[in-house]
Amino acid sequence: MDTRIRLTIDGAEREVSVDTRSTLLDTLRERLGVTSPKKGCDHGQCGSCTVLLDGRRHLTCLALAVSYDGSEIVTASGLAGDGAEEDDEQLHPVQRAFLAHDAYQCGYCTPGQVCSAVGMLEELKEGDPSHVTEDLEGPPEATDEELRERMSGNLCRCGAYAGILAAVREAAGEASA
Amino acid sequence: MRELEYLRPGDAAAAVAAVAENPNAVFLAGGTNLVDHLKLGVTAPELLVDVRGLPHDDIVEHDGPEGPVLCVGAAVRNSDLAGHPLLRSRAPAVARALLSGASPQIRHQATTGGNLLQRTRCVYFQDVTTPCNKREPGAGCSAHEGYGRYNAVLGASDHCVAVHPSDLAVALAAVDAIVVVLGVEGERRIPLVDLHRLPGDRPDLDTTLSRGDLVTSVEIPLTPLARRSTYLKARDRASYAFALVSVAGALELDGDTVRDVRIAWGGIAHKPWRATRAEDALRGGALTPERVREAAEVELADARTTDQNAWKVPMVRNATAQVLAALAGDVTG
Repeated sequence: MDTRIRLTIDGAEREVSVDTRSTLLDTLRERLGVTSPKKGCDHGQCGSCTVLLDGRRHLTCLALAVSYDGSEIVTASGLAGDGAEEDDEQLHPVQRAFLAHDAYQCGYCTPGQVCSAVGMLEELKEGDPSHVTEDLEGPPEATDEELRERMSGNLCRCGAYAGILAAVREAAGEASA
Repeated sequence: MRELEYLRPGDAAAAVAAVAENPNAVFLAGGTNLVDHLKLGVTAPELLVDVRGLPHDDIVEHDGPEGPVLCVGAAVRNSDLAGHPLLRSRAPAVARALLSGASPQIRHQATTGGNLLQRTRCVYFQDVTTPCNKREPGAGCSAHEGYGRYNAVLGASDHCVAVHPSDLAVALAAVDAIVVVLGVEGERRIPLVDLHRLPGDRPDLDTTLSRGDLVTSVEIPLTPLARRSTYLKARDRASYAFALVSVAGALELDGDTVRDVRIAWGGIAHKPWRATRAEDALRGGALTPERVREAAEVELADARTTDQNAWKVPMVRNATAQVLAALAGDVTG
């Protein structure tokens, strides 16, 4: 069964007809040519397909496209401004921090890591607690323990976690400054 | 994956009717478990009835006959519930259980109702190349003779040794939550502890719900007891893993004496295990580490283990002692 859906992807309105079985990830990559979200495990275990969906970090592999008609999606490539390929100043601050701290090796998980970090910093700003937040009623702090827990939905097979933590720590500092 | 029809019903009654009249229809909520099962071939429905857009997405405080109650819509996301100020201050065990589950991305997607109705992560249930009575009644249970590290230790049967994976359900069992269900014959309220069932000879049935029954909300009583509650989860890694065992506890002390207590266990059985015998053993006596361990032993008297999962018994006993000691410290300190 096919259903026509409309998505806003990185600011552009797109319309596509999808089979009920199509995931949002396959629809983005295979039908719409949006290849920034990556297919890692395809079972919700690695986080490489993470995008910002209606403002929050969200997996696209465990989501059927038909159920997300009308949604607004921002991918890692949509976080950067025009001309970012020539000019680092056009990159999102989180992307610049990943570059500065060498927060990747092969780069495959990076778009998911970047989207996840952007969503995570927003959650911190909103005061959302995490598993390691001691005082559930107080505002959480961007400690390394908090940052690690909050980024635990994104795996890196190369093990670039030290760089990722440094990048996220820097971005968290900038976000709160 | 088999071809699938898709329906977005206009209201809850239409959703219930659509699933009630079609034995090959299922509800789709956040999809974090169901979409995976479609890919794995664990289930192959003909029709998805999408309840994600139904207006069951509010969290409201009500005055009930026995005190304030937090009414949580079934479509409320796990992250929104965990972050709700009233839940964090008045039923911290529930917030902590949610925050210990899955990953931040999945918590933004997964719903309250879906969390309760997620299915076991038993490796054989999810591997369609192996026999499983839960997936295919009568096929046999591979976990009995196979890899049994995660197997249930209480309430299992010859037909199934799977455990329920939800953290939320364990905390809700401890705080006496109620599940509101809409069925073809109208609405009814089920205590959370009666929502899930033991496997017996029908492990294919996870819950006591009938075809077409839709969870529309969950009611969390905001009692003084729930205010002094917490959740402890033991797992193989620090984050993003299912429980080996988990404990939700709530404690009210009168000096050193236990005035009231709630204990529920995860990773132990086919359903969230409310440890009422342990609660009875503790109520009215002093709270000492020895008495907590003895009470846990009473509850675990019927435990059946193998050399692969025998460690669960001391682990849940000690985790229970740790939870109650922490709660007692909060009260006295």
